[in-house]
Amino acid sequence: MSAVIDSHGHAHGHAGHHGPHSGIMRWITTTNHKDIGTMYLWFSFTMFLVGGGMAEVIRAELFKPGLQIVDPDFFNQMTTMHGLIMVFGAIMPAFVGFANWLIPMQIGAPDMAFARLNNWSFWLLPFAGSLLIISFFVPGGAPGVGWTMYAPLTVQMGMGMDLTIFAVHLLGMSSIMGSINIVTTILNMRAPGMTLMRMPLFCWTWLITGYLLIAAMPVLAGAVTMTLTDRHFGTTFFNAAGGGDPVLYQHIFWFFGHPEVYIIALPAFGVISQVIPAFSRKPLFGYASMVYATSAIAILSFIVWAHHMYTVGMPVTAQLFFMYATTLIAVPTGVKVFNWVATMWKGSLSFETPMLFAIGFLFLFTMGGFSGLVLSLAPVDIQLQDTYYVVAHFHYVMVAGALFSAFAGIYFWLPKWTGRMYDETLGKWHFWLSMIFFNMIFFVQHFLGLAGMPRRIPDYPLMFETWNKISSIGAFGFGLTQLLFLYIVVKCITRGEKAPQKPWDGADSLEWTHLPTPAPYHSFETPPVLK
Amino acid sequence: MMPSKSKLRAARWAAAALLAAFSGLARALEWNLQPPATPIAADVQGLHEYVMILVIVIFVGVFSVMFWSVYAHRKSKGHQAAQFHENTMVEMLWTVIPLVILIFIAWPATKTVIAQKDTSNADITVKATGMQWKWGYDYVKGEGEGIHLVSELSTPNEQIEGQATKDANYLLEVDHPLVVPVGKKVRILTTAVDVVHSWWVPAFAVKQDAIPGFIRDTWFRATETGTFRGQCAELCGKNHGFMPIVVKVVPQQEYTAWVEQQKKRQASAGAAVQTAEANASK
Repeated sequence: MSAVIDSHGHAHGHAGHHGPHSGIMRWITTTNHKDIGTMYLWFSFTMFLVGGGMAEVIRAELFKPGLQIVDPDFFNQMTTMHGLIMVFGAIMPAFVGFANWLIPMQIGAPDMAFARLNNWSFWLLPFAGSLLIISFFVPGGAPGVGWTMYAPLTVQMGMGMDLTIFAVHLLGMSSIMGSINIVTTILNMRAPGMTLMRMPLFCWTWLITGYLLIAAMPVLAGAVTMTLTDRHFGTTFFNAAGGGDPVLYQHIFWFFGHPEVYIIALPAFGVISQVIPAFSRKPLFGYASMVYATSAIAILSFIVWAHHMYTVGMPVTAQLFFMYATTLIAVPTGVKVFNWVATMWKGSLSFETPMLFAIGFLFLFTMGGFSGLVLSLAPVDIQLQDTYYVVAHFHYVMVAGALFSAFAGIYFWLPKWTGRMYDETLGKWHFWLSMIFFNMIFFVQHFLGLAGMPRRIPDYPLMFETWNKISSIGAFGFGLTQLLFLYIVVKCITRGEKAPQKPWDGADSLEWTHLPTPAPYHSFETPPVLK
Repeated sequence: MMPSKSKLRAARWAAAALLAAFSGLARALEWNLQPPATPIAADVQGLHEYVMILVIVIFVGVFSVMFWSVYAHRKSKGHQAAQFHENTMVEMLWTVIPLVILIFIAWPATKTVIAQKDTSNADITVKATGMQWKWGYDYVKGEGEGIHLVSELSTPNEQIEGQATKDANYLLEVDHPLVVPVGKKVRILTTAVDVVHSWWVPAFAVKQDAIPGFIRDTWFRATETGTFRGQCAELCGKNHGFMPIVVKVVPQQEYTAWVEQQKKRQASAGAAVQTAEANASK
């Protein structure tokens, strides 16, 4: 158990007696932030493939009108599990993986603050993921209620609903522990001289995300627990017959659900704020305003939740309040986009794969932001609510936003993590194919939504056929492209060229300037000296 | 080298074919909001277009700057990086200007929200009840009061399962559509008996969730006659995709005649029930 405590101040590279266990026990018992980060990332990628497989089933069924491949019940199970798995199993763990790997290195710390807690918060995830998948095999199958799990449809579901609820509990516990760990690490373990306002922006976005998670996840746990007791213990939180209200569920869910959007987006902003300056060879423009904008987004995210509910029939004043508050988010988000563009302006740009994904992010995320502005307007939203326009909008934010920035981050830090370079040509292929297929899937879905196609339907009127075909073909292409990504990563780990300490000239955070490549097992055994 | 004549001709043919295909496509494809049939829907469409124009202008502006940078400030061209990293004036401007733009967007949106919420002084009030997976309509006030309809998908199963050709209104046709007169303010009360549904007619820009145990309301005033089709917009279980909404907007006389006919039908059905009950109790 010497992996944690190290009072000898050894130089790096003495993996001999402070190194990891060997074999499987290394991964089960590890308290090392890099091992845990790696496990988070692989878990997330596995879930990404599982959730992606479900998306392919959805798109295959929607390839043409009529019921071809799956029955409507199974279709609903697919949409539900695709959403839950992608949000909680793929995207969130991916960014916690980044946080684990990077935060100690970027602030000059040896490891995370709570090393054992870190182990536990990861190891809850495979169990939560298994519960979600097992739910397909119990009587009644997985819940077919959408990832939002609206009451009272949830009361009609079989045992799979309960398994899903427990999975959400576990995922929530994992996230809360992870975020407590991250916040504590950032606030207490910075190297001398690493003031808050000198931290890389990735650490800042995670600090704020950590608080969002601590505030929002218990609310979700409450919502699903009330669902559980409504199902089994005779409560009527969401049942009008007993004095409850189905809309109460929606309020509670979205009070979690909107901050959740930024829980996913903010770390993505953090990654982009590292990558763009590095490949522009120029410091990030407006560092302080980035920090303020991130905080503003986080605070606003708690007062806009009912914009997901314009059609439930709120009083006119509530409708207006939520509309105004929502449009306000455009201001700090705009500041971020302008800052990124200003960072590139008059830089010395090069376009390696991380930068390509970052520019792709900037371009597509801005489109997602604009469709969000369109949706923020209550009258327009009433027309577009629960249509494919919304599906297009949040995939622009989640896939082009979070996933693309995760790709940017992985290509950016792979050399530091593995000690080897990835294949630049294949990386560029991965970017361009992802970019083209992504737009094929989702750009046309704006048209579907405008023309009136509801979401979460297994079959559709004939006028929507062409766009659905294009979207499905795009989805098949996008799925295959991600297998190319797997190949690139495996190739990098096994046969990549040796990477130098700092392969990107513009990178300036501690992991590049103070640590060798690959990064040593314990990041900083003695704090770095900062000027 | 000049391309050969035959190549040029082939290219011209290809271009013509592409153009024809594209114009054919543009006609066949629905890519924008359905033509509005109520003043509110027209407002919504106007608002959407107005915001889209603003958004496109801003988008083109921002990304012209970015792509200029991508084009001109390249390392491969030997561009040296400047080292500036803040400018308070610029940062203030790009915080304040978006705020001002938002006010210009919020103003017309506010007017439409207020209009949408004004369900007072309706000529006809109809209660729409969502059920798994059909709609019930009760005319509760105004001409036609007392009429009750149940409206179910009329697309045959063979079409859904691919054993028959699908007709034009596939999944958008019902046995008993809601019938309303043109030009009258129709207030729709929504509720549900089991789970949350949502009553949606795109051409009216009306979408109102139907919540079990609660009554919510919305309204429309159709300015033209015709048949308008929509679908349930809130996931409500297995057949969520199979409970469309069809509204027939008819001229006043036709509506009066329809009401008469429905009243007669309901009276004779009621009489039949009474006779049956009387017979049973004998």
